[in-house]
Amino acid sequence: MSTDNDPMAEIRASFFIECEELLEALQDGLQIIEDGADDAETINIVFRAVHSIKGGAGAFGLEGLVRFAHRYETVLDEVRAGRLDVGPDALKVFFQAADHLSDLVRISREDAPLPTETTTELLGALDAFLGDNAGAEGEPDEDIDFQPMGLSFDLDLDDSGDDAADTELNLDDLPPPPAFDAYDEATAAEMTGGAYEITFIPGPELFDTGNEPALLLRNLQTLGDMTVRCNLFDLPPLTKLVPEIPHIGWTITLTTTVEENEIASIFEFVEGLCTLKISSVDARADDPPSSIADQIPVAALKKPSTDMPETIDPPQAAPPTAPEPTPIAATTNDKPAKQAASAPAKSVVRVDLDRIERLVNLVGELVINQAMLSQSLEKSGLSPHSDAISGLEDFQRLTRDIQDSVMMIRAQPVKSLFQRMSRIVRESSAAVGKDVRLQTVGEATEVDKTVIERLADPLTHMIRNAVDHGLERPDDRIAAGKEPQGKVRLSAAHRSGRVVIEIADDGAGINRARVLQIAIDKGLIPADASLSDTEIDNLLFLPGFSTAAVVSDLSGRGVGMDVVRTAIQALGGRITITSNPGEGTTFSISLPLTLAVLDGMVIEVAGETLVLPLNLVVETLTLKKGDVQMVRPGRNVIEVRSGFVPLFDLGEALGYRPPLEKFDGAVILLIAHEDESCAALVIDNIIDQRQVVIKGLDESFYRAPGIAAATILGDGQIALILDPSDIIAKAGTAVNMPNTVPAQGLSA
Amino acid sequence: MSLEILAVDDSRTMRDMIKLALLPAGFTVHTADDGVHGIEVLDGLEPDAIITDINMPRMDGFGFIDAVRDQDKYRSTPILVLTTEAAPELKQRARAAGATGWIVKPFDPAKLVKALQMVAG
Repeated sequence: MSTDNDPMAEIRASFFIECEELLEALQDGLQIIEDGADDAETINIVFRAVHSIKGGAGAFGLEGLVRFAHRYETVLDEVRAGRLDVGPDALKVFFQAADHLSDLVRISREDAPLPTETTTELLGALDAFLGDNAGAEGEPDEDIDFQPMGLSFDLDLDDSGDDAADTELNLDDLPPPPAFDAYDEATAAEMTGGAYEITFIPGPELFDTGNEPALLLRNLQTLGDMTVRCNLFDLPPLTKLVPEIPHIGWTITLTTTVEENEIASIFEFVEGLCTLKISSVDARADDPPSSIADQIPVAALKKPSTDMPETIDPPQAAPPTAPEPTPIAATTNDKPAKQAASAPAKSVVRVDLDRIERLVNLVGELVINQAMLSQSLEKSGLSPHSDAISGLEDFQRLTRDIQDSVMMIRAQPVKSLFQRMSRIVRESSAAVGKDVRLQTVGEATEVDKTVIERLADPLTHMIRNAVDHGLERPDDRIAAGKEPQGKVRLSAAHRSGRVVIEIADDGAGINRARVLQIAIDKGLIPADASLSDTEIDNLLFLPGFSTAAVVSDLSGRGVGMDVVRTAIQALGGRITITSNPGEGTTFSISLPLTLAVLDGMVIEVAGETLVLPLNLVVETLTLKKGDVQMVRPGRNVIEVRSGFVPLFDLGEALGYRPPLEKFDGAVILLIAHEDESCAALVIDNIIDQRQVVIKGLDESFYRAPGIAAATILGDGQIALILDPSDIIAKAGTAVNMPNTVPAQGLSA
Repeated sequence: MSLEILAVDDSRTMRDMIKLALLPAGFTVHTADDGVHGIEVLDGLEPDAIITDINMPRMDGFGFIDAVRDQDKYRSTPILVLTTEAAPELKQRARAAGATGWIVKPFDPAKLVKALQMVAG
């Protein structure tokens, strides 16, 4: 695992990981409640999430976190106990509290100062639901340090009662024992040690709790010199003896150096289950000696006020401030369906990311090594039917399976990412005063962990954009005949070996006239440019473009869609826009599932070996004379099945050679984009199709348009991996748009 | 004195903390994630003592203690309840369910060891 040898630090780290899971469960639960599909178990899950965060936080002395979680938990407990209905208002506060809790977790992890203002504000909102009980629950003790007896909740319980004086075996009638922190320094014996006489008579239920008098006596013995006298006066004749019930009492004389409360603490667990009297022998000198038989049972740890041995009070209901947890009896058969569905979670092993990275790298090496082996076997001129070749095929299959398995290890559902976005929607919609509902689809879609992490920022920005720019204000929506509540739909799905994430709003759509005007005003395009709708939409990606007439808090922070696009491209992804006036805008992001390996087509252009992602390649063709038609100088198309596809000379586009004069006999790769548009790339030769290990190009390299990464081929040669969309965009816009457009404006 | 302990808690952090407290003391620690799992793990074990959390999915601490006590074999096995609250009625409920004692979270490792040694001998 980690090289860290401090087990506490390790547990702390894993606590924060657990917190993430709990926060996710909390969000899910609240979402289910919001959708109105909740049952008792959902409330329980929500409660437990907060409860567990509190419990763990206490162990690490994260006071602020404990404090907030405790109050949140108190309100949730009211819900759980059925004393509080969850209305829209409560739900809103619960969501905010959940968001704040996740902030506190993050801040606690970083050991940063906590935002007390927000906390106080939210605590007030939470307490409002408690009505008169607010604060009665109290707060955890200031002293969150390791003090098993330190958490006092100052419950002002005036429940008094007798202690096990009733002979009925009805445990429910037993009054609650006083809190064991009822004795404090004030009531503790002010003396250090001395001689004590202890009377201990187990009550009838003592055995039921698994307590054992012999052990108690043995523990007592560790405190000093002790003589024990056994009282057998309650012992029935053997025929009537019930072995489950204690019949023997003891009188112990103990000479010790410890204080009285330490003696009492030995009997802490049996308090209320026995008759116990601890008295200092020196003090007893003033008392008339009494026989055991008529000694009044006194609980040593009780406050004087609760010391009423002779009265038998009816059992009292718990005060309203005291939560009554509702246990889910294991034996009930009417469990909610959800509970049945919540089968035990699969067992999970936590593995350090470094180890996985190493495995990924090794698999990469294996793939490269296998490629080298294939190459050398091919060169050796073996028959395709030889054992070596068929063995190699098995080896290739195995390699691929291993690689897929390793990639699966790194894959995670996008759910956590989507949950973060639901928070962004909540916060940003509140900031601009719009009513927005986020719908998420395909949360279970799995993507490489790194991809998920690096998607967070661009997605956040796009969600904010959708809320801020995409959706109209409620009155405008009503005027347009729509529901006042705007919708943002966030979806993820696997599509042909990639993952496609879409952010769709049902807003007004892109105001193309305005976009065009802004672009012209800002000098991004010439005033006389004629652009197609798609091209206008793509202007949003230009650096320095912002449609926000008023720079709001949400967007216009100098982070534009160009930054979003750069981030997506850095992940090997592409982003496209579709927009219909009045109906909304959809941003579609297509990403590779993994950043490590790629199915590639190895090609040759002008003597250079290059790799093209195989998933882009639709088909390969060889050009014949007359296939190519020139639209205008420098702009050629070929006819492919009743459609014209623009032709790009890859060698020229990459600057390897001057443009080709003739295309006769050239090899063509037909590639398709996510947006279904096609392009034909002219290359010299196709060498192979194989898996290549992606080696990212360091930051120190110039990010050349069209070059996504590099790889090492089987013969040890380094080849660049192409991202043809860059090349096409560049070449395409160079034709379509006058040269005043900064070329790098449309390529990352 | 080495004891065999079963610790039932749905929080991984707590299970880790319990292990961290007990393993150095030479205890053998088995863990379970909730009451149902606890009963499964218990099968075939004869722990010297059991520690259980109260709030857990599928079967909570009270249900778990009930289920343990229902088996003759474990009628007198000491069971300590882990609770974040020292509220008397919680202790009372735990006791009514048959718990031997309680440990308030956050616990001090030394005290947990001591408490277990006290109830398990």
